[in-house]
Amino acid sequence: MSVNPELQGRVFPPVAPYLVGREKVREFSRAVFATNPINHDPEAARAAGYADVVAPPTFAVVVQEATLAQLLAEPDAGIDFSRVVHGDQRFSFSRPIVAGDELTATLTVASVKSLGGHSMVTAESRVVDASGAHVVTATSTLVVRGDE
Amino acid sequence: MSIIGTTPRLDDLAVGAVVAEASFPLIRDSLVRYAGASGDFNPIHYRDDVAVSVGLPGVLAHGMLTMGLAVQPVVDWVGDPGRIVDYQVRFTRPVLVDPAGGAVVTVVAKVGAIDAEAGVARIDLTVTFNEATVLGKAQARVSLAAAPRTDA
Repeated sequence: MSVNPELQGRVFPPVAPYLVGREKVREFSRAVFATNPINHDPEAARAAGYADVVAPPTFAVVVQEATLAQLLAEPDAGIDFSRVVHGDQRFSFSRPIVAGDELTATLTVASVKSLGGHSMVTAESRVVDASGAHVVTATSTLVVRGDE
Repeated sequence: MSIIGTTPRLDDLAVGAVVAEASFPLIRDSLVRYAGASGDFNPIHYRDDVAVSVGLPGVLAHGMLTMGLAVQPVVDWVGDPGRIVDYQVRFTRPVLVDPAGGAVVTVVAKVGAIDAEAGVARIDLTVTFNEATVLGKAQARVSLAAAPRTDA
């Protein structure tokens, strides 16, 4: 089975909103060795101008994850998860993620390419806050290995 | 605006200058902690038998853990995680984490480019394990404008 080229351009329904918790931000910060007080201490975050603790940049992957699960579960996608390797990852922010944010992510398949028997699927998950304003776009390129 | 140190000034930066360096010792516990925090419970990150069964030499660090820690020296340098406006990497080599000895990931952050008009510096990261780079095109764009974006 190979990746369905007609996936390119497909927009998935938004996933259920993700409510960013302060303790989750702290837990994730500890896991990625983020020690800045703005990641952990609400007072330090407020002194720096934020409403609450600020998530490390790669926390956005936690919000993105549900959209990638949607893509992998798409019946006609032809993406065999056991052959998927994470190739590239990018986060582009309009503003940082802050505890208290209610975030909604929507995935678009930006491209499907074939390269030497493998497929490269680039998925862009656009994350907006409760007001609909853009927060971050998380872009993953998944390499799907072809049949050996 | 930040009370945490002083924000570096764009004018003081030179392309090629090293702005931060750090080493991160990883042990298996680090991977379990990241699995729990991120929700990525792929067993190749904590079970040797599963890792070996899919052809890997052993348990690997999550690529997203390596990406996550590699930007932290830049955050410490700039003093505010909210100033990272863009961050990208390519996963080129795995980080094998020995059950007893762990693994050490080293990060060197250099100024790659300066966009004076946007007030943004591109910081290029060299991320190595066992003297080989594990991330390609690892770039963090950092806003050094007068005040951070506090529209949150």
